[in-house]
Amino acid sequence: MSVLLIVEHNNKELKSFTLNAVTAASQIDTDVHALVIGNNCSDAAKAASELPLVKKVITVEAAHYENFLAENFAPVVIKLADNYSHIVCSANTFGKNLMPRIAAKLDTSQVSDIIKVESADTFVRPIYAGNAFATVKSSDAKKCITIRPTSFDPCESSGGSAPIETAEAGEEFSLTKFIKREEIKSDRPELGTARIVVSGGRGMQSGDNFKLITSIADKLNAAIGASRAAVDAGYISNDHQVGQTGKVVVPDLYIAVGISGAIQHLAGMKESKVIVAINKDGEAPIFSVADYGLEADLFEALPQFLEELNKLNTIQK
Amino acid sequence: MKILVAVKRVIDYNVQIRVKEDGTGVVTDNVKMSTNPPDDNAIEEAVKIKESGKATEVIAVTVGEEKAQETVRKALAVGADRGIHVKAEGIIEPIAVSKILQKIVEKEKPDLVFMGKQAIDDDCNQTGQMLSALLNWPQATFASKIEVKDGKLEVIREIDEGLETIEINTPAIVTCDLRLNEPRYASLPNIMKAKKKPIEQMNASDLGVDTAPKIQQIKVEEPPKRKAGIKVSSVAELVQKLKNEAKVI
Repeated sequence: MSVLLIVEHNNKELKSFTLNAVTAASQIDTDVHALVIGNNCSDAAKAASELPLVKKVITVEAAHYENFLAENFAPVVIKLADNYSHIVCSANTFGKNLMPRIAAKLDTSQVSDIIKVESADTFVRPIYAGNAFATVKSSDAKKCITIRPTSFDPCESSGGSAPIETAEAGEEFSLTKFIKREEIKSDRPELGTARIVVSGGRGMQSGDNFKLITSIADKLNAAIGASRAAVDAGYISNDHQVGQTGKVVVPDLYIAVGISGAIQHLAGMKESKVIVAINKDGEAPIFSVADYGLEADLFEALPQFLEELNKLNTIQK
Repeated sequence: MKILVAVKRVIDYNVQIRVKEDGTGVVTDNVKMSTNPPDDNAIEEAVKIKESGKATEVIAVTVGEEKAQETVRKALAVGADRGIHVKAEGIIEPIAVSKILQKIVEKEKPDLVFMGKQAIDDDCNQTGQMLSALLNWPQATFASKIEVKDGKLEVIREIDEGLETIEINTPAIVTCDLRLNEPRYASLPNIMKAKKKPIEQMNASDLGVDTAPKIQQIKVEEPPKRKAGIKVSSVAELVQKLKNEAKVI
């Protein structure tokens, strides 16, 4: 049987984590079909057809798919589900919102947020904020799976030429209405895929002080992250939150500034390759996961850090 | 308007999780248990809506072992009017919980069902969406703001890209983010009063729902440990280490 991958896109381009999801899907079964549901989304469908690991693209277009509402998307997937043994999607807010709505209709016990494919029915997933890894085996005939994108490498994005088929659109679910989306546009790398992330916590003391983080991030071409405490305090918007209920990041370098390191925050960043902690409390739990810890007042350390970085002339862009 | 709120008993969010040596799960004996944190936000929001005069009754429901009743009792102490405890043993998967909640909804006919967006034990993030699917109701997941209008809700949802606003007709399901509100603490008099509020008990099997897991947990293990790091004494040393040792800048 084949794997149906639900593509996350913005009607024009693929969202980058779709590439990671394709890799995971191909580890389950090599016959991966990509489902692109949207409105005027032929560019996204074409991009999906160019992924060498994708064997077929199915597009379903209608005006009511413009804003990715799960209530409209789920029936489309369910209608196509007969032909597939697995339905797969990224475990970000798009997939988390959508997949259980599909799984329930198929009477399937969903396997959420897998980090490893052991076999077509056995997967590894983190539980308790990543403080334990569970190996689980699904006994459902049809499996609904969301994958943690940062645990799989992105697939090749060009060279393929899978056929593109169209399938019939379903009816609109009239009880849910999209009003608006406020996306925070930024020239920085995306938090989820950035090579370097600089994060601030409660220790920043104000939103204004995040300028210190911003200047370091500018210098390193890094994304900006935050702990829940910093978001709750209104220092920075929710799309920056790293942690159990925010984003999971796995950069080459994660710099945690003024973040104590609650387990819920560690859940979102402790797989980073190199972790730096800057905190004036030497007992802060963040130091237990840090490769390099600097016990210092961040308001002194960050300007010095910027100065030292300015001295280096080999900063990678 | 009637609001049903689903709550779950989980290991307290402050407890350091320990994996059992035999690989069958995590240690729960003599470990502090609490209400799943975003479920507290769900209760708080329902109680606030009732206090504003827009709801008439808040019912707290839980599914789980005998002691799970504590979470319902806590909900009653912060303002829920009555409770329902559906007794079931062992791991109850979200698909089974949502089928149980569907039965409760059919019986109680609430206008809204609230719950946390995710339980911090299994981190599944499924139950609300599954219940919406089974009932064919609108779903507003990851809600950080709810405005009750006539027969409708306007909900701001936290999504990866930022914020999204949707309008949903009632009846509907809302799953709550931690930023939705600040849950209150129960006062001692209210804890005493909550002891007199009714909790209806029933078994999952009485509702005709099969709770046998469909996912077999083969083993549970500790995640790989990070090797111990070092403390650096100055910013200059830190930058040199990052450049020459870790080679990440």
